[in-house]
Order: sequence, then C-alpha cells, then structure tokens
Amino acid sequence: MRRLTATIHGWLLLLPAMAFLALFTHWPAIGTLIDSFYSTPRPRRPSAFMGLGNYREIFDDPIFWQALTNNLWFAVGTIPVSIGLAMLMALWVNNHIAGRTLVRMAFFTPTVLPMIAVANIWLFFYTPQYGLLAQFLGLFGSFSQNWLGSKDTALLCVTIVAVWKEAGFFMIFYLAALQQISPSLGEAAALEGASRWYFFRRVQFPLLMPTTLFVLVNAVINAFRTVDHIVVMTRGGPDNATSLLLFRIYELGFGFWDTGLASAMTVILLLGLGLVALAQYTFLEKRVHYR
Amino acid sequence: MKRREFLKGTAAVAGTATIASPAISQTPTELTFYYPVAVGGPITKLVDTLAAEFEKENAGIKVKPVYAGTYQETLVKLITAHKSGGAPALSVVLSTDMFTLIDDDVIVAFDDFVKTDDDKKWLQSFFPAFMENSQTGGKTWGAPFQRSTVVLYWNKELFKETGLDPEKAPASWAEQLAFAEKLTKVDASGTATQWGVQVPSTGFPYWLFQGFSTQAGAILMNQEGNRTFFDKPEVIEALTYWVDLSRKHKVHPPGIVEWGTTPKDFFEKKVAMMWTTTGNLTNVRNNAKFPFGVAMLPAGKRRGSPTGGGNFHISSKAPKEQQEAAFRFARWCTMPERAAQWCVDTGYVAVRKDAFDTPVLKKYVSDFPAAAVARDQLEFAVAELSTHENQRVTKALNDGLQAALTGTKTPVQAMKDSQAEAERILVRYR
Repeated sequence: MRRLTATIHGWLLLLPAMAFLALFTHWPAIGTLIDSFYSTPRPRRPSAFMGLGNYREIFDDPIFWQALTNNLWFAVGTIPVSIGLAMLMALWVNNHIAGRTLVRMAFFTPTVLPMIAVANIWLFFYTPQYGLLAQFLGLFGSFSQNWLGSKDTALLCVTIVAVWKEAGFFMIFYLAALQQISPSLGEAAALEGASRWYFFRRVQFPLLMPTTLFVLVNAVINAFRTVDHIVVMTRGGPDNATSLLLFRIYELGFGFWDTGLASAMTVILLLGLGLVALAQYTFLEKRVHYR
Repeated sequence: MKRREFLKGTAAVAGTATIASPAISQTPTELTFYYPVAVGGPITKLVDTLAAEFEKENAGIKVKPVYAGTYQETLVKLITAHKSGGAPALSVVLSTDMFTLIDDDVIVAFDDFVKTDDDKKWLQSFFPAFMENSQTGGKTWGAPFQRSTVVLYWNKELFKETGLDPEKAPASWAEQLAFAEKLTKVDASGTATQWGVQVPSTGFPYWLFQGFSTQAGAILMNQEGNRTFFDKPEVIEALTYWVDLSRKHKVHPPGIVEWGTTPKDFFEKKVAMMWTTTGNLTNVRNNAKFPFGVAMLPAGKRRGSPTGGGNFHISSKAPKEQQEAAFRFARWCTMPERAAQWCVDTGYVAVRKDAFDTPVLKKYVSDFPAAAVARDQLEFAVAELSTHENQRVTKALNDGLQAALTGTKTPVQAMKDSQAEAERILVRYR
C-alpha cells in the first residue's frame, strides 16, 4: 500500500514536466513523422499517403546533398575550433592575471548578444571595400575580396561567426570545471617539477573530460541548429553555398509551404542527430572518466 | 485582443454593477492589417498615421496595423495565420505572391466588393503596369499600394571628376558600359577603389535581372503563370551582359552584391552608378552628400524594368464585415491625395495617374524632378516574375543567376538548369 502511494506520488510529481515535454516535443515529433509519409495538402488536392515518396524526392534533390555537405563542413569547422578556443580561453582567465574580470566578460559577450545582432555586426565586418575586415587588410596593402558574395569564402565566413559566438559559451563550462580541480594537484605537480604543459596534458585535460563530453554534445547539436545568421547574412546563397540542413527545412516548409517534404527532411535530421548522440554517449562516456 | 477587451468590459460591468452595456451594441469593426517594411524611412509611423486618419473619418472601424517584418516574413505570418484560422482581414504582401495566395485560397478577389460606380472607377484608376501582377483569370486579386520599379541612380560629382557630363545618364547598354569603364578607378596594385556600376544580387536577384532581360526583349513567363522562358537566347544574352560587367570588363564588383548595403556603397562613393528600387528615393535624397541623378534603366533593344512592391490583399477567412472594412480602408489609402502623400513620404511610385495632378505631388515633382522618373518609366515596365509556386520558381532562377555571377556556371548552363527546374515544378499546373 505504501509503495503504491509512493509510486503515485512519483508519477504526480513527474506529470507537469512530462505533459509539457509530450505536448511540445514528443507529439510534434510524432506528428512530423506521420506527415512525412503524406503529400502536402492543397485546397484543391487533399493530402494523400505516399509512403516513402517524400524521402525519395529529397534524396533526388541536389540542394539537399549540397546542404548536407555544407553542414558537415560547418560542423567540422565549428566543433573542434570552438571547443579548443573555449579551453584555451578558460585556462587563460583561470590564471591570476590583471584585469581578469574584464577579459572574462569580453570572452563571454558574444554569447550574450542575440544571434541576429551578431550576424548584422559581422555583415558589416565582411562588407567589401569599407567593411572592418577590408579596412584592416587595407593596412597591409590592397586586398579586395567579396567575402560573403563568393562561393569559395561564404561558408567559411559564416562558420567563423558561429565559432565566435559559441566559444565564449563553452568557456564558461570549462572555467567552472577548472575551478573544481583541487589546487593541491597543482601544488603537488609544482613540487615534482612538472612543466605547465605536462600538468595540463596529464592532469587538467583528463579531469576536464566529462565537461568536454557535455560541450561536445552541445557543439554537435548547435552545428545543426544554428541558422539565424544564415538568414540574416546570406539567405543560403550564393547559389546554395551556405544552405544548411535546417535552413533548407525552413525554406521548404515556410518558403514553399511544402510541409510534406519539410517533415521528411526534419525526420532525416532528427534520426541523424539521434544516432550521433547515441554514439557519443555509448562510446565516449566509457572513456571519459579519469581512473 | 477581442477577448481581452471583453474581459475588461465584464470587469467594468461587475465593478459598477448598475451600468448596462451600451458599448456592446455598437462595437466597432476591428480591422487587423499586416504590413511589411522593405525600404528605409519611418514607415511604421506613416502607417499609424494613415490608420488614425482613416478612423477619424470612419467611426465604425478600428484599424490595427501590425508591422510583420520583411515581405517574406509577412507572407509567412499571413499564411500561418490563415492555416490556424486567425488571418488578418487586410495585408500588404508582394504582388507576385498572388498565385500562391490564390492556390492556397488565402485571399478573395476585390471584384466582390466593387458595387458603386465610384468603386468601379477606383478599380480602373491604377496604372495598367501595376495591374499586370494584380489580375489573373479576369479578376482583380490585389490593389496596388507600395509599388516600385528599378531605376538607375548616378553620382554627379564622380561623373564630373571623370570628365563625363554630370547631367547625362547612360541611355543604352553600350553607354552604360563605356561610362562604367571610365568611372572605375584602380589603384597601383590593381585593386578597384571605385566601381563604375553595381546591380545587387542577394535575396531577389531575379527582380533586378528582369531589368536586363526586359531590355534584351525577353519575357520571362506567361500570363497564366504556368510556363517560364529562362533558356531563351535573349535571356541568356541579358545574363551574359550582366556577368561580363564584372567578370570580363571589371567595372562591376565581383561575386554577389548585397542588396542592403548597395545604397551605402553609393553614399560612400564606392560605386558611381547603382540600380535599385525607387522605394529608396527618399533614403538617397536624405543621405547622399553629393548631387545625384535618377534615370530610367539604360536600353538594350528597348527600355525596360519590372514593377515590384506590395499590393493590398483581402483574406478569405475574415468575417464579412471585416472584409468590407478592409476594402474601404484599401480604397481610402489609394485615393489620389493619399497616394500622392505616400509617394512623397516614401519614394514609392504613386499608384495612379491622377495622383500626379494633385497639388502635393505637383509641387514635389517640380522641386525634385527625379520623382517623376519612375512614373515615366512605367510606360516600359513589365510584370514582375510571378508564377504558381512562385517562391520555388524564383529560387530556381535566383540559384542560376548567382551561379553565373559567381562564375560556377556559364550563363547558358545556368539558365538551362533554372529552366529545367522551373519546368519540373510548373508542369502540374497546365
């Protein structure tokens, strides 16, 4: 009897959170999955079951493959660089240096700014001829480059913006983790005559691993989730050179109102991310903890 | 909103208990109105003024203007609201989205509301060039409001410095190229410090391209909106001319040129001639620190420019009395005096001929002759590219244009690919 009340209590406590999760996460996800098997309803052509038709159409669409490739490069560009930078910045501002608070704040500022504002600032940086970057490079002799208007550089440019925005955020986690490391470890290492690099490599880095896993998972998700700056800076152009998966989904769903295709592509993205998260937790978690 | 007012009303009644509710019997019709902002200037303030003045003259109607973002965002909000059942009775979206709105049953035709002779006269008062994107299948689906065309702005100071006649804009493609070659300045290391001409190509390159293609004598789509002609030789000729300006003659910035910063490039004297919307006229007038001129686009085989900009549309799902109110407001906004004032305030072309006979606009044009250029160009204007599944088809063209401008495809290949994609999309609408 007592156990039963405990169970009921437990479920009751869980209920509000579960209700919201189900309403805003699980139900839409299932709805999307169902929609992805149906054609887009039009007033004169009601929705019809078409099995894997939407998926077939997406795999035949060259822009999907381009968006996927772009997104992989975007991930390769943002994940390691922003994590590395975050770690470096955290190590630096963890030291006792003059103006530490100021530097910490400076590193964290990009995170506080809304992405739309960030994108507009960077839009000015990249403007040819009189943008900040052009003026700066002008000091070293003439150099003219249309950063966002060329297929060769546009993707790199939006990748840099994402790194700039993200690194400060990850730095906070590393900073918190660094401060958890007992100072006695540092003292012991100093007594033993360990170099700073050696201390970082053999003590700090392994102790930071759980944080790295957490940050890695977040960085991967962000690499597929951050598209605000694409909307502001390039709208996926030139000629789809900066089209990322989520941006393409938005375009299909809210530009072309093709909800069937957009649903199918959402399911593909969800499955992909789910697999990655699963891999991260099953394979990496075992090696994460310092033994 | 309605519910909140109702609650407020109930609270008031509960509080005072004895007062009956006379307000309920004469609730004014509330008209929600979505509009976008696509050019510089205090547009939101101007729209609020319009709404307030209309309310003063029409006691039974309350207008609630809602700024809804860019044209694209306004369309998204309109269709989303329509699908969830709360569509605003009136909205301003791109005239080219007409087919999309009809296909999704989002709007009703204006013809159902035209009853009196005055109404009929009103419907016929617009410039015919603006009606091409507002009518199909014998019905009128949109009322022109903030309409524009593409014009050429030139910096008279830079013209003078170069030894060109500062009062003479290029009249033909050959002149445009010749002027631009003179106006392009290159420093010792071979980097351009000032470009001759600039035509923006982000966001909606197809619209500016339609200037070139019309001048080359091409028409991009049929009136039914179910066929495009992107791979015709004239179209390819037009694209080749544009691409050559930057890649061959090096008088135009390379790659994709940002739409939003083009006026700024012009103010900073980084470019001597720019193509942009007449909607930027007031913006340029206020911000250019040098004398500038406005001209029709140079002619190829002929003069030509697409029209552009937004129309009023009435939602199909709004209650009847709101639709009527929407019709009255749209009509009121496009009366000659108001159309004239809107033209003066924003730089958009007044949508009807008789607006140019009003004292307001007469005075404006005599002080500032540039304002009449867009009107005079309307004679050569064609409908903006608009088809079924418009967003998808224009994207097919945009991708091709950007591929050619960045040099990843030849103009021929780019237009062939665009046409093939458009064909794939449109075949089911025939």
